[in-house]
Amino acid sequence: MSTPTTNVRAGINARTIVWLQGLAGLAGFAALLEILPRSGLISPLYLPPFSTIVVALFNEMMSAEFWSALDDTLEAWAIGLVISVIAGVVIGIAIGSSNALRTLTHSTIEFLRPIPSVALIPLAVLLFGSQIQSTLVLVVYASFWPVLIQVLYGVQDVDPVARETARSYGLGSWAQIRYVVWPTTLPYLLTGIRLAAAVALILAITSEVAIDTQGLGKQIADTESGGAVAAMYAYVIVAGIIGVLVNVGARALERRVLAWHPSMRLDSAGARA
Amino acid sequence: MKNTVPSLSRRITVVVALPTALIVTWWFASAGSQNFYFPPLRTIVETFGKLWFSPQSMQNIVPSVARLLIGYVAAAFLGIAIGIPVGASRNLRNVLEPVLEFLRAIPPPVLVPVLILFAGLGNEMKALVIVFGCVWPVLLNTVAGVRALDEVLAEVVHSYRIGPIARFWHFILPGASPQIFTGLRQSLSIGIILMVISEMYAARDGIGFVLVQYQRSFAIPEMWSAIILLGIIGIVLSMIFRAFETWILGWYHGLRQSQRAG
Repeated sequence: MSTPTTNVRAGINARTIVWLQGLAGLAGFAALLEILPRSGLISPLYLPPFSTIVVALFNEMMSAEFWSALDDTLEAWAIGLVISVIAGVVIGIAIGSSNALRTLTHSTIEFLRPIPSVALIPLAVLLFGSQIQSTLVLVVYASFWPVLIQVLYGVQDVDPVARETARSYGLGSWAQIRYVVWPTTLPYLLTGIRLAAAVALILAITSEVAIDTQGLGKQIADTESGGAVAAMYAYVIVAGIIGVLVNVGARALERRVLAWHPSMRLDSAGARA
Repeated sequence: MKNTVPSLSRRITVVVALPTALIVTWWFASAGSQNFYFPPLRTIVETFGKLWFSPQSMQNIVPSVARLLIGYVAAAFLGIAIGIPVGASRNLRNVLEPVLEFLRAIPPPVLVPVLILFAGLGNEMKALVIVFGCVWPVLLNTVAGVRALDEVLAEVVHSYRIGPIARFWHFILPGASPQIFTGLRQSLSIGIILMVISEMYAARDGIGFVLVQYQRSFAIPEMWSAIILLGIIGIVLSMIFRAFETWILGWYHGLRQSQRAG
């Protein structure tokens, strides 16, 4: 470990070991899911062996139903997230740029935010039935707040000297937003998007479970009530994989967009808020 | 920046102004409403008083909140109890992290159908759903918090041969507590979602249950009053949580503030 080259090699080896350990963990988890039902500790009626679930997963993947359900879930998730992000950015910058607006709206935002979005389910059902709009109402209501809050933090974080400088150089309000507010807000916004992306997926699938809009959640509910337990677990695993991909994707986006930002240059873990 | 502390009455005005304006607008805009789905606020408020200030209403509120609290507290203990050893051991962490990340990424509402298989439709199922949904944010944040403990302090604790119990109470738990609270906060909103969803899906009592009943029987003012009740519960729980956090983490926020000022 004395020379830099061995250090680099040690670093690569360490990373491989971490990978292998993680793989071992996943393999152990799969083995546990195989052994528990096979040994009878958990009835296979409730939890089929892992291999059976995998077979069911492949069977489901052969069906058109699987892909259209996946497509419906992702579509509702993506549309809802985009609406939330745009609304959160526009409203956040508008409110955040004015001291008076910020203090006036603070209490209202703090009141509205903790209202559970699922409370809106009956209203959404009455207005839109089991169409995609129902899902969108829930997804947007839930994922709008993290974006808005983060943008508000970001706008507040703008360096007063930079703001004054921009003003004295006669930058218009659009230019001020573009060159002063936006770069400061961006890291906060990306944290907001990461949080919102996860919440949006939860709510998309929630609405499918609870109000039967098309998608993976409905498949899970239907396979459960139809007694196709292995297929149900297959869908649960798919939902989990999508969740992991959403998290990983959001972090990759953060790293990519913020490559220039000091927080990323130091340590990506430090940017967590 | 501001040196003047605004007077109390001014601060109250700032807090109350916009919500009051919104409620007043809603009240008058809906006053003559003929729209079936958006009844006058006056009707909703009257229904709210009749429905939720009666002794019978407790038959629905108490079970909901009890299931939420039991599930949430159990998840908090479980998450911290598992998170501390996992965070403290690098190998354990490396092995378990991918599995935990996967379990965390499963949207918790899908657990409702899964746990119906195991625990039927009773209270156990609902409490279990809440435990399973709430445990991951606490667990993963505890792991992250323990992992990021001050190394110098850790060595001091080690060289002074401080026993495991004292180390837990005076070093690990306080050091990781800001992160643990981040997890607890995320879990609280997930817990409320799961409370409602599990009752909508299958229940004989609870707020989520009556909410769906009202919607299905087109009892619109009653439905609105239940929506508002859920909103109030969400707000009250988050206020209680914040008071609890300020009480426990007061030292930490004070420290951060003085560091920032210094």
